[in-house]
Amino acid sequence: MSTQVTGTLDAHGAAGRPRDHDHKPRGLARWLFSTNHKDIGTLYLLFSLAMLFTGGSLAMVIRAELFQPGLQFVDPHFFNQMTTVHGLVMVFGAVMPAFVGLANWMIPLMIGAPDMALPRINNWSFWILPCAFAILLSTLFMEGGAPAAGWTFYAPLSTKYSGDSTAFFVLAVHLMGVSSIMGAINVIVTIWNMRAPGMGWMKLPLFVWTWLITAFLLIAVMPVLAGVVTMVLTDKYFGTSFFDAAGGGDPVMFQHIFWFFGHPEVYIMILPAFGIVSTIIPTFARKPLFGYESMVIATASIAFLSFIVWGHHMFTTGMPVVAELFFMYATMLIAVPTGVKVFNWVATMWRGSMTFEVPMMFSLAFIVLFTIGGFSGLMLAIIPADFQYQDTYFVVAHFHYVLVTGAVFGIIAAVYYWIPKWTGVMYDERLAQVHFWCSLVSVNMLFFPMHFVGLAGMPRRIPDYALQFADLNAFMSIGGFLFGLSQLLFLWGVVRCMRGIGDKATDRVWEGAQGLEWEVPSPAPYHTFDTPPVVK
Amino acid sequence: MATTTHQKYYVPHDSAWPIVGALALLLIGYGAATWISQLDQPEARSGPWVFGAGFALLVVTLFGWFGKVIDESQRGLYSAQLERSFRQCMSWFIFSEVMFFLAFFGALFYARVVAVPWLDGAGDNAMTAAILWPNFEAAWPLLQTPGGTATQAMPWTGIPLLNTLILLASSVTLQVAHVAIEQGKRLRLKLFLSITVLLGVVFLFLQGYEYMHAYRDLGLRLDSGVYGNTFYLLTGFHGLHVTIGALILLVMLLRIVIKDHFTAQRHFGFQAAAWYWHFVDVVWLNLFVFVYVL
Ligand code: HEM
Ligand SMILES: [Cu+2]
Repeated sequence: MSTQVTGTLDAHGAAGRPRDHDHKPRGLARWLFSTNHKDIGTLYLLFSLAMLFTGGSLAMVIRAELFQPGLQFVDPHFFNQMTTVHGLVMVFGAVMPAFVGLANWMIPLMIGAPDMALPRINNWSFWILPCAFAILLSTLFMEGGAPAAGWTFYAPLSTKYSGDSTAFFVLAVHLMGVSSIMGAINVIVTIWNMRAPGMGWMKLPLFVWTWLITAFLLIAVMPVLAGVVTMVLTDKYFGTSFFDAAGGGDPVMFQHIFWFFGHPEVYIMILPAFGIVSTIIPTFARKPLFGYESMVIATASIAFLSFIVWGHHMFTTGMPVVAELFFMYATMLIAVPTGVKVFNWVATMWRGSMTFEVPMMFSLAFIVLFTIGGFSGLMLAIIPADFQYQDTYFVVAHFHYVLVTGAVFGIIAAVYYWIPKWTGVMYDERLAQVHFWCSLVSVNMLFFPMHFVGLAGMPRRIPDYALQFADLNAFMSIGGFLFGLSQLLFLWGVVRCMRGIGDKATDRVWEGAQGLEWEVPSPAPYHTFDTPPVVK
Repeated sequence: MATTTHQKYYVPHDSAWPIVGALALLLIGYGAATWISQLDQPEARSGPWVFGAGFALLVVTLFGWFGKVIDESQRGLYSAQLERSFRQCMSWFIFSEVMFFLAFFGALFYARVVAVPWLDGAGDNAMTAAILWPNFEAAWPLLQTPGGTATQAMPWTGIPLLNTLILLASSVTLQVAHVAIEQGKRLRLKLFLSITVLLGVVFLFLQGYEYMHAYRDLGLRLDSGVYGNTFYLLTGFHGLHVTIGALILLVMLLRIVIKDHFTAQRHFGFQAAAWYWHFVDVVWLNLFVFVYVL
């Protein structure tokens, strides 16, 4: 393939594009009307940060209530609102937008594209998000309160027994879905159509690969979520009985449709983090990633398998035994490609000349702690064991290991890794290390004992518990508060960079860094790769 | 992969339309939610107004935004690569729509194959049937729900069959129009595109008539149990898509007739509209088979 590039404008282009190279709109308009992938990426990331602290505050309420047995601060209905809105905010407001923000910032830089494929749609996708969350969060102040059926909003909790906020919840989810689908389409088309000449599929950075597959998952399952919330809406307000046996429906059907969305959704929240870790480990091990092809294949297999394992959330609903067994074995199969990934990360470090800057620290913690989450997942996948574990704190422990020490640690690692490129300022390594160690210790204080109380039978989503769980719960709550406080250090570190406080970053930033994003200056100019670079 | 010679990829300047569009969706969402949650309070009227304002704003946005896109396209700012982006985006959008319908087809299959038989004791559910619904008999269409709501089935002959033929015909006429645009035969294009739009309108008209018939004569209502639920949500969302598709085709027709847009080589807008229409048609065929016939 020829890699010759002609960057000249033809007659058409010259007529329509008097763009000054670094022309940057000023003031508020720059952010409101932006068509720039970097600005939109920044907006996504800041929104996600705001939601992280919003969702985090709700979690603090939960941990305060659980600090001691008995009802202390909030009534049970409000407690349920807290768990529900916490889950929704973290999943749809913090984790997913953070990844979209990273995709916006990094994918065009990594593949040598001038911007995202459809920049205006990109801006639309972003601004829908605050609107959706305005609707969702407004329910907290409504009469009757926010939705309280859990982030999984099982019927009939969300239909027969829910409050008037249900309609607002449903419409908010619809908007989130519209935003995600359009965002994902933009990502997939950008990757498909806008790679620089010479950037073949097998040269794509892994972050790009994992996002390509994530985007596919998003487009495939967000509409299904839209479908299921619509059925919830009509069941509640228009007399349908999709989830009501009296009308020939079935509440279990809700779970099938929800988890057909829900399980791919959890991979939506982890695959980009896999990509991030696969980028960071080679940089600080100063070795190329071990087993690039197998990483790509493993990602694709995980995505494929994620469509056929949803039943592992429903072992106790009384599915036919054949179905249970199918879902159990299919779920266990996921451990294989996941194991390949963990093996490759470790093999990449093998005999590398490693240094331990903060992005690397978070990535290392990711590998260990995500793997703990993977193991508890395997335990949950064993049907008879799950009969015991279902709806206990063991499940809460599992998904917080994969989501907090997995997805969120991945995001934090990515922010530290790329923020010098974004702002042109090196973050404060000392502060960041303190942030890392505080987070590491507190997050394990918070979530590790959940395994024990869960195995011993403490149910999730209940504001009170039996006395024997008191000590561990107090301990976990302290861990929770510390973890929350530790993130203020993160905030401070980010704000410093944004305000330009700190050492100036070099263009390459990291000695071992590879990839197109490091070929451009720090901070990255407003427009990059107007003319595609040539990749050899 | 990417071509080797690059006309610069057109990255538009700042635009107010996206955020106005987001505001429109906010009003639509908030308005619809208010409206729906206050359905039982006839004196509360703010919902429909907010919804209506949002909808109006969305229409304005679409006109403004697409107007700008068309203008840019007419000025030749769009490279072949950008056209490819459009094409791919449209394909993925249609894929997302397929998945949306799949959720409702999934509900239909689950209800027919699993939920309803189980309520009558299939599998190991004998006790469910004996204790909860001793008088219930599984059947599809589900004419008598376990709770006792009764309805009649919508036969597939008559209007549904007619509507199937109409939509199939519309796909053919649209294809003729498509070939005509590629061959530069403008008169034939206008003629067959008009026929297509007309067929769409007739379809919608008949569907409305069918709904009235169902409500009045058959007692088949949205709340008639899971048969009515799946019937109305599937045909209803399909009808909504036909409406949107017909409107898009109408806009294309007006662009062709009034503004003389599109050439034999460049007519992505038309093509996207056509894809959408064919997709809606395929959904209907599935509907016809699984909702009406079987
Ligand atoms: C080795 C891979 C994994 C296996 C085998 C696995 C297995 C399971 C099983 C069996 C459950 C159901 C537990 C129950 O409700 O009784 C579960 C729950 C859950 N998993 Fe995983 N999992 C894996 C990885 C992940 C990952 C990577 C994520 C997200 C990043 C994740 C997120 C969740 C969440 C959020 C829930 C709880 C949903 C809820 O009920 O609220 N899991 N997992
Ligand atoms: Cu799962």
